[in-house]
Amino acid sequence: MYKYFPHNEPDIKEMLQVIGVETMADLFTDIPQGILNRKNLKLDKGLSEIELRQKIGTIAHANKQLISFLGAGAYDVYTPSIVGALLSRQEFLTSYTPYQPEISQGTLQYIFEFQSMICELTNMDVANASLYDGATATAEAVFMATSQTRRNKILVAKTINPRILDVIRTYTKYRNMEVIVVEENDCTIDIDDLQAKLKDDVAAFVVQYPNYYGMIEEYQKIVEWVHNNKSLFIMNADPSTLSVLKTPGEIGCDIVCGEAQTLGIPLNFGGPYLGYMATTNQLLRKLPGRIVGMTTDADGKRGYVLTIQAREQHIRREKATSNICSNQSLMALNTVIYGSLLGKKGLIDVAKRAYSNAHYLYQKLLATKKFVAITNKPFFKEFVVQSLIDINKLNQYLEAKGFLGGLHLGDGKYLLCASEVRTKEEIDKLVNLMEEASCTIN
Amino acid sequence: MYDKLIYEISKKDRIGYSLPNDDVGHFDINESLTRTISFDMPEVTELDVVRHFTRLSQKNYGVDQGFYPLGSCTMKYNPKIDEEIASNPAFTKIHPLQNATSVQGALEIYYETSRLLSELTGMQEFTFNPFAGAHGELAGLMIMKQYHMNRGDDKRTKVIVPNSAHGTNPASSSVCGFDVVEVGSTAKGTVDLEALKQVLNDEIAGIMLTNPNTMGIFERDICEIAKLMHDNGSLLYYDGANLNAILGMARPADMGFDIMHINLHKTFSTPHGGGGPGSGPVGVVGKLVDLLPNPRVIKKGNKFDFFHSKASIGAISGFWGNFLVVVKAYCYILSLGKENIANVAKLAVLNANYVKESLKDTYKLPITGLCKHEVVFDGLIHGQATTLEVAKRLLDYGYHPPTIYFPLLFHQSMMIEPTENESKETIDDFIETMKIIAQEALKSPELLHNAPHNTLVRRLDEVKAARTPILKYKDLLK
Repeated sequence: MYKYFPHNEPDIKEMLQVIGVETMADLFTDIPQGILNRKNLKLDKGLSEIELRQKIGTIAHANKQLISFLGAGAYDVYTPSIVGALLSRQEFLTSYTPYQPEISQGTLQYIFEFQSMICELTNMDVANASLYDGATATAEAVFMATSQTRRNKILVAKTINPRILDVIRTYTKYRNMEVIVVEENDCTIDIDDLQAKLKDDVAAFVVQYPNYYGMIEEYQKIVEWVHNNKSLFIMNADPSTLSVLKTPGEIGCDIVCGEAQTLGIPLNFGGPYLGYMATTNQLLRKLPGRIVGMTTDADGKRGYVLTIQAREQHIRREKATSNICSNQSLMALNTVIYGSLLGKKGLIDVAKRAYSNAHYLYQKLLATKKFVAITNKPFFKEFVVQSLIDINKLNQYLEAKGFLGGLHLGDGKYLLCASEVRTKEEIDKLVNLMEEASCTIN
Repeated sequence: MYDKLIYEISKKDRIGYSLPNDDVGHFDINESLTRTISFDMPEVTELDVVRHFTRLSQKNYGVDQGFYPLGSCTMKYNPKIDEEIASNPAFTKIHPLQNATSVQGALEIYYETSRLLSELTGMQEFTFNPFAGAHGELAGLMIMKQYHMNRGDDKRTKVIVPNSAHGTNPASSSVCGFDVVEVGSTAKGTVDLEALKQVLNDEIAGIMLTNPNTMGIFERDICEIAKLMHDNGSLLYYDGANLNAILGMARPADMGFDIMHINLHKTFSTPHGGGGPGSGPVGVVGKLVDLLPNPRVIKKGNKFDFFHSKASIGAISGFWGNFLVVVKAYCYILSLGKENIANVAKLAVLNANYVKESLKDTYKLPITGLCKHEVVFDGLIHGQATTLEVAKRLLDYGYHPPTIYFPLLFHQSMMIEPTENESKETIDDFIETMKIIAQEALKSPELLHNAPHNTLVRRLDEVKAARTPILKYKDLLK
């Protein structure tokens, strides 16, 4: 017997009898002999809970938890204590996609609330129930645009996170779509290059907001050009900044997508995270993934269902808008709980705190004279400076002191982030360590 | 019944959070860059939030509550120890771009889990970058396409998908730029070999199969199918949705498959989370290893590192995949160990066949003989109620219904997957209930027509939801 298996010998015997076979082996006679039990599996003996805790405890020990000043697509954010407590409720954790709405109103309602919050933050008409992550959400947005415009060229700003660009390239490569990169100038989009490349076969222009370097680019003028060209404007936006920044809706975006990890989801070594997508009413029926709608039941009571499903793979098969079947439901719940706790005031406070932390760090770094400004354009919670210290050695030094330095973009360009969880004390300590390091390095 | 939205319990100026007060000084954002349109978010206390979501949770049904025989979804027990371990800050508080030397534990888990999956499936190597089964399918099909492109064989633009396949198979093929060729099934529910031979030509890149298939039937001709496909220069893709049926008993690579995905949230017992996060690792045979998505985790000496292959299809995820899900699957395999792993398949198959034999006089069994981990019925034999009505009536008895109206081969499909964790008592109760419902359909059919009766909400108006979409709180205020 084993803790996850309830069958004792008499059970098995009785069940085999009902089935009309003699032995368990008889249940597998439909598998050809050549492939049944062909390999004597090399596995270790099963571990008890006590042994498992010990083993994984040792493995976990080889990971270093550092005080992070690194962003580049994953941010050390505030996760309120009740998030974990509520996410571990089995009714949320161990249920499946809400196919039976009568017993899935919990999941359906929080997805509805998630869609509501995304629409509020982005100022767009409709949002879906979430996607895998920010990068794949952006690739899905590209497919929406090519399908809507029936064009197959995609312009992507070079100021987008290169990881997102890589995923767009992979997704489009097998569909004979062409990805054209619009060059950068002073950490923002090169306008001349954009105008030269915005031809009448372009389905969409994809940008990031704030961009990979943390810069807050202004897009209104660009959106006009893109729309005059009958192309779509796709924005990958950090939703945690949208409580403060001009919204994608105001800017005139057609599709907004991105990574909602910044709304209270822990770093998790890169996943699970949370892709989101919002769009206009015109593009509603091109959306990938699940959508939840409010309706009434047979007694007229309020309820929720999966809706507008004629887009989806289980109905349309090869004609579906996407192959996506699941979403990142539990992570959407994470952000709904986060958004509820923080509310409007809290979301603004968090965004401004990150903004201030980053600007304080920026000033302090420039004051050391070990780092030089490379642009004077506005940034949000991330920025690039030219480092006069060898960045790889600097980061090693910081790691030894328990700090995670920024990302080396090459040529001494150093991408740093100070999110809302960093304290003044930590920022001061980091800068001190950097000054210290500069004396020992080089 | 509590039916408020979190927005509807909001009261001005209430807050549910606290942030540090330390002052780094004042930094203003240029007003030309800020939003001018206001936005609504709930204003609530911490207790408001705890109560609201606790109440929502009580409107859900999870595996911990009761039997969840949702076919093809493998709703098995999700061990608590795996959750405990995955919540370790040493896993949740590490950045994906940290230096590899500072995340050796995380990389070890990726690496060791891939070794275990290779042993269990026969595939040479795995990637954990895909976030879900459908995402794995897409990655696998990209590998298939790239393989043919690398051989300069550009004609192969079509993928064969049986008409019994999951909807994601044709959808993924299409998203990967393939045309779909559907192939029919025999009366026994397996791939029609003659029909398959008819569609084979030099335009076929490969075939996507689930084995056992969505009828729960093992494709006995799999070795012959593999030979046909390989002789045709095509590859075989294994959709791992039904891997639970053969775990520890048979391996996809031994059957001749070249590429496969695994749903860790099915076979390896990680929770489904109301629809995600899942994880869809993709495994391939030796000749395709270099094409796997970037990056992979490798072991050099006793150190772990990332590796980027030049021949790779490229990146398919922002970072490395749903790491915490992989941690849980790793714990699950280590817990089971060599002595228990094959009992997963054995007991799952025992349970499914027991359900099949116990209900075949009440529900129409379109395919007789052995099934594997799930059984498909084609509605009631007496035909006095639809599958939908039976499913809705099951809700009144406290069960999650089976998957209904799938596979598409039968008009009244109900696909029952009991999993290895369910006891004979649980299954006997379910069988009894299914029989009672069949009786009710004869004696008091209105009980079924109007079911469910005991749930918090009754049958919901899906037509209304689609015709007049209310998709957010603000739509409600209009």
